[in-house]
Amino acid sequence: MNPLDRYEPLVDDVDAFRAACDRPLPSVVRTNGIKASPDRVREAFEAAGVAHEPVGWHDGIFRLPDGNPGGNWPHAHGWTHGQEEVSALPALALDPRPGDRVWDACAAPGSKTTQIADLMDDEGTVVANDNNLGRLSALRHNAERLGVTNAIVTNQDARNFSLKPLAFDAFDRALVDAPCSCEGTCRKNPDVLEEWTLDHVHGVAGIQKGILTRAIQATRPGGTVVYSTCTFAPEENEAVLDHALATEDCEIVEFDLPLETAPGVTEWDGETYDDSVTRGHRVYPHHNDTGGFFCAKLRVGGAEVAR
Amino acid sequence: MTGSDAADGDQEPTNDGQRFDRLPETPADREVAGRPSREEVLDWWETRFGIGREVLDGYSFWEKGAGKVWVFNGEAVDPSRVEAIGMTFLRTRQEHWKPTTRAVQRFGEHATKNVVELGPERASRFLAGEDQDLPEWDGDWGYLIVSHRIAGGTAPIGVGLYLYDELRSVVPKGSRADLPVVEE
Ligand SMILES: C[S@@+](CC[C@H](N)C(=O)[O-])C[C@H]1O[C@@H](n2cnc3c(N)ncnc32)[C@H](O)[C@@H]1O
Repeated sequence: MNPLDRYEPLVDDVDAFRAACDRPLPSVVRTNGIKASPDRVREAFEAAGVAHEPVGWHDGIFRLPDGNPGGNWPHAHGWTHGQEEVSALPALALDPRPGDRVWDACAAPGSKTTQIADLMDDEGTVVANDNNLGRLSALRHNAERLGVTNAIVTNQDARNFSLKPLAFDAFDRALVDAPCSCEGTCRKNPDVLEEWTLDHVHGVAGIQKGILTRAIQATRPGGTVVYSTCTFAPEENEAVLDHALATEDCEIVEFDLPLETAPGVTEWDGETYDDSVTRGHRVYPHHNDTGGFFCAKLRVGGAEVAR
Repeated sequence: MTGSDAADGDQEPTNDGQRFDRLPETPADREVAGRPSREEVLDWWETRFGIGREVLDGYSFWEKGAGKVWVFNGEAVDPSRVEAIGMTFLRTRQEHWKPTTRAVQRFGEHATKNVVELGPERASRFLAGEDQDLPEWDGDWGYLIVSHRIAGGTAPIGVGLYLYDELRSVVPKGSRADLPVVEE
């Protein structure tokens, strides 16, 4: 079965949704502010005759209609990083500040870690964790190319992550960019639709709940946790948030994204979820001509403590 | 384990190639033989490239692997239990210290000497990993910062090794690229 069928009841325009999922995705690069400004990147593209268009909602993100995001000088200098548009959303939602202590729980290959470091002006500490050592080597390569100096790389299972190696015992912010069934990436990698199984959805949902729980526990009271996936499956999105609301001291907060999105859903397959999951954002491919995505922002409960 | 790690079997602390250890402040604070000090590292960048101490003052420096120095801008860690901190920065414990390509790309814009600026055609060849004749260079021999003009300024591309009228590209294989020549 094509898993996209099951999401048809959730979308506003089924034909547009299916048509967008069938189209390949353009190459997109994000400016790395640690090394260059959007203006400088644009100027270098112009001098080299590299076709580029701003995405409209962010001045540092460009579509490259001719592809080949790695075949130009801005890439060689680490001024740009190939990263899908929707993949830039979680770090914006996380909104890290210079000096923060940030945990990127599922970080490899580092697109979001390096964007977080950029948003922090490379100051403070971002702990980039992944349980897959091979993928961590790709993360390290990206972090070095982009000139990130404030990252610590760890190789742990995020579900029982230990802060022991760190100089502090709580994070200000955490990002859970969870492993998922990835139908949202079907425009780039149609195989995900062939490989999809409901068993995997249920299995990975358990992992997601474990990681999100740990992220909430490891973040200080009043801190921020962002949960994101590239799947449309409510089992892996709203149900995971609903579980966190029931088991941990936290709330889902409203936040804006610069793209057109749909609210999280409160009913699916006979289950109902807490009303506040509607504050999560669903990004469908036909709304902004992007990949598919889900992103929610939580505030960890308790009185804010200054450090 | 290589080099100094395996050197002697007595009780002197030695470099453990598997963990990060913070560099001692000065040579007088040194406990591990052969380990460079923070002072020496700051001095080296200043002497070799004119990169002032103020540029690197906020960073900490760590050794992992014999002579491999890392630069880090975050809060200190228990170094034995992490995979990486910051980025690779400098190769020491050899006669001529060698900066990494990525360190030069990150901090090289602050250099005031031992920078060789290549024209568009040479810059592309350099990034592709090609060695080239450069008899006109009359500066120091050894490791240089190689830069080019791009987008209204200059930008460091990587590290070159200058010897006998020749500029060798030491851009690591994984960072090389064949790019079209871009005339300014
Ligand atoms: C969606 S990808 C992360 C993409 C990454 N955030 C980026 O922007 O480049 C999910 C990652 O979670 C990792 N992962 C899966 N299970 C994990 C676990 N239990 N603990 C930590 N990481 C895990 C996978 O290895 C994979 O790299």
